[in-house]
Amino acid sequence: MTAEEKGQIITANRLRDGIAVFLTRAGQWSEKIDDAVLALEPQAAAALEARAKEDEKATLVTGSYLIDAERRNGRVRAAHIRERMRTLGPTVRLDHGKQADGTGGGFAAPEGA
Amino acid sequence: MYRYDEFDHQFVSERTAQFRDQAERRLKGELTEDEFRPLRLMNGLYLQLHAYMLRVAIPYGTLSSRQMRRLALIAEKYDKGYGHFTTRQNIQYNWIKLEDTADILQALAEVEMHAIQTSGNCIRNVTTDHWAGAAADEIGDPRPVGELLRQWSSLHPEFSFLPRKFKIAVTGAPHDRAAVRVHDIGLRLHKNDKAERGWEVFVGGGLGRTPIVGVSVREFLPEHEIISYLEAIMRVYNLHGRRDNKYKARIKILVHELGAEKFKAEVETEYARKPRQTTEVEERELKRIAAYFAPPQFEKLPRWSAAFEEAKIKQPDFARWSRNNLAAHHTDGYTIVNISLKPEGGIPGDATADQMRLMADLAERYAHDELRVSHAQNVVLPHVKKDDAFTIWQALESAGLAAANYGLAGDIIACPGLDYCALATARSIPISQSISRKFASLDVQEDIGPLKINISGCINACGHHHVGHIGILGLDKKGEEFYQITLGGSSAENSSIGTIVGPGFAGEDVADAIGTILDTYRGLREPGETFLAAYRRLGAKPFKEALYAPA
Repeated sequence: MTAEEKGQIITANRLRDGIAVFLTRAGQWSEKIDDAVLALEPQAAAALEARAKEDEKATLVTGSYLIDAERRNGRVRAAHIRERMRTLGPTVRLDHGKQADGTGGGFAAPEGA
Repeated sequence: MYRYDEFDHQFVSERTAQFRDQAERRLKGELTEDEFRPLRLMNGLYLQLHAYMLRVAIPYGTLSSRQMRRLALIAEKYDKGYGHFTTRQNIQYNWIKLEDTADILQALAEVEMHAIQTSGNCIRNVTTDHWAGAAADEIGDPRPVGELLRQWSSLHPEFSFLPRKFKIAVTGAPHDRAAVRVHDIGLRLHKNDKAERGWEVFVGGGLGRTPIVGVSVREFLPEHEIISYLEAIMRVYNLHGRRDNKYKARIKILVHELGAEKFKAEVETEYARKPRQTTEVEERELKRIAAYFAPPQFEKLPRWSAAFEEAKIKQPDFARWSRNNLAAHHTDGYTIVNISLKPEGGIPGDATADQMRLMADLAERYAHDELRVSHAQNVVLPHVKKDDAFTIWQALESAGLAAANYGLAGDIIACPGLDYCALATARSIPISQSISRKFASLDVQEDIGPLKINISGCINACGHHHVGHIGILGLDKKGEEFYQITLGGSSAENSSIGTIVGPGFAGEDVADAIGTILDTYRGLREPGETFLAAYRRLGAKPFKEALYAPA
């Protein structure tokens, strides 16, 4: 059975190297979007935001923001193409980025093509 | 060969040390991102989709082999083995770590390079004709005055907090390869009827979300009055330029809102105040700087090279490359070699560290140790003996650098687009790759003739789509990429902004649409008529009909 949950996750760039990261349930920052904790309600999203701001102060990450996402078959799909791009790496250099490092997301950036 | 002087050396070293301290404080949390962002941008460091990006200035696009090798080293040591030559004579590295950046800036400073004036609301690095000092049609080398402007404007307190960024381009030749009419200020060197040298000054050109061709505010400004005159322009801009709205802050909006005549009058009034009575300082400085750009010692050679002509007969691929990628040099027996960074299906402007080293080696051995990068994302060896052209071609061929498509349909300008850029709304590179593959045949490309296809992945127009003969703009339509096509743009002396031909296309349909446009052109052109000339004669109608004909 396939459960689909829609909500928001929080993303940022790791301060020291700029890599795109996602806040996990354990409060860690993971390079894998699939590790992200999905906030199903605005209240939960606000809590994630507050947590991210703390980590910005602690110089772990920078520029955190909420994005729309959903969980499909246990994997997390960002709603917007730009965000899916960030979970993979450039589509023109499949040898670089998360897609090459084994930390890629499960959904192609451009869809329907 | 250009070098910067002792003052610059100290200045860049100090700036690097300063940035090291700033980056350390940021990593320790002593600076917030809001505090740090303007500081890193002032040093060319951006945060992009996948990592930090470092944009390194290549003043006037001029590089020595030592500098090119250093760029290769940085690509290998701190990036992923490649770099991207941009549409503004810079190089960008896509995978930079903040914690490495100070070391990179130091490595650059060691070879007299830096990332200053590549960002921020200052006068950006001045760009010029990439064939400067070599082109057969040149009246004078535009780089000394570019350098004079740089030395005048770098960290100039009056011009460090302008309403918005400010870009100046200079050409010393009648054929404009520096796109001077689409810069905030464009300068064109020419001679009056007394054979004196002077500048035609264009103001208020630009691309981005409001593309405008600049207006000529002075047809002939005596050569050495340039700094005082530009100072007057900058003052009018600093005073009246809009600071309330980022999108209306460029000087083009001011010129447009005031009207060209009123703007001109304001500048002339300011200029008439003449803060300096003579141009003595400018003349002396320009002379001093010109020595930094002293031409190499050219040999006396016959115009005709037997080795070159024979090689062309023996090797048709070399003949084709020579036909398309070489340009006329002002000195007999020499040629300008244009290395296309646009292999079939490749990424425009990308070069690997090995390719950079090979180009550096060739420059050292055969080209007076000099390389250029062009705003069309290619590399130039400006001073090559025709006798050596075949050897160079063979070396380029072995490194995948001998694409014989310079100035043709395959020589596409494309910004990094959504594959890398945080501002982009759609991808640019895959579109350029699909077009490049569609027109893979060089016979077809040569039949189509001179063509500029320019692609931007957002309205900021880094890919200069407005001035492409065919321009492509990638947009986001409800989360899907789609592409608008413009026709009839040009950044040359006959500058114009392209016109949107009709409704946009999905990414996978763009290459076919370009094919339809070019088939239409080939069907309707007169003998020898270029695409741009044909479009200007015919207008958009036949192209529209072909593109949007009911199936």
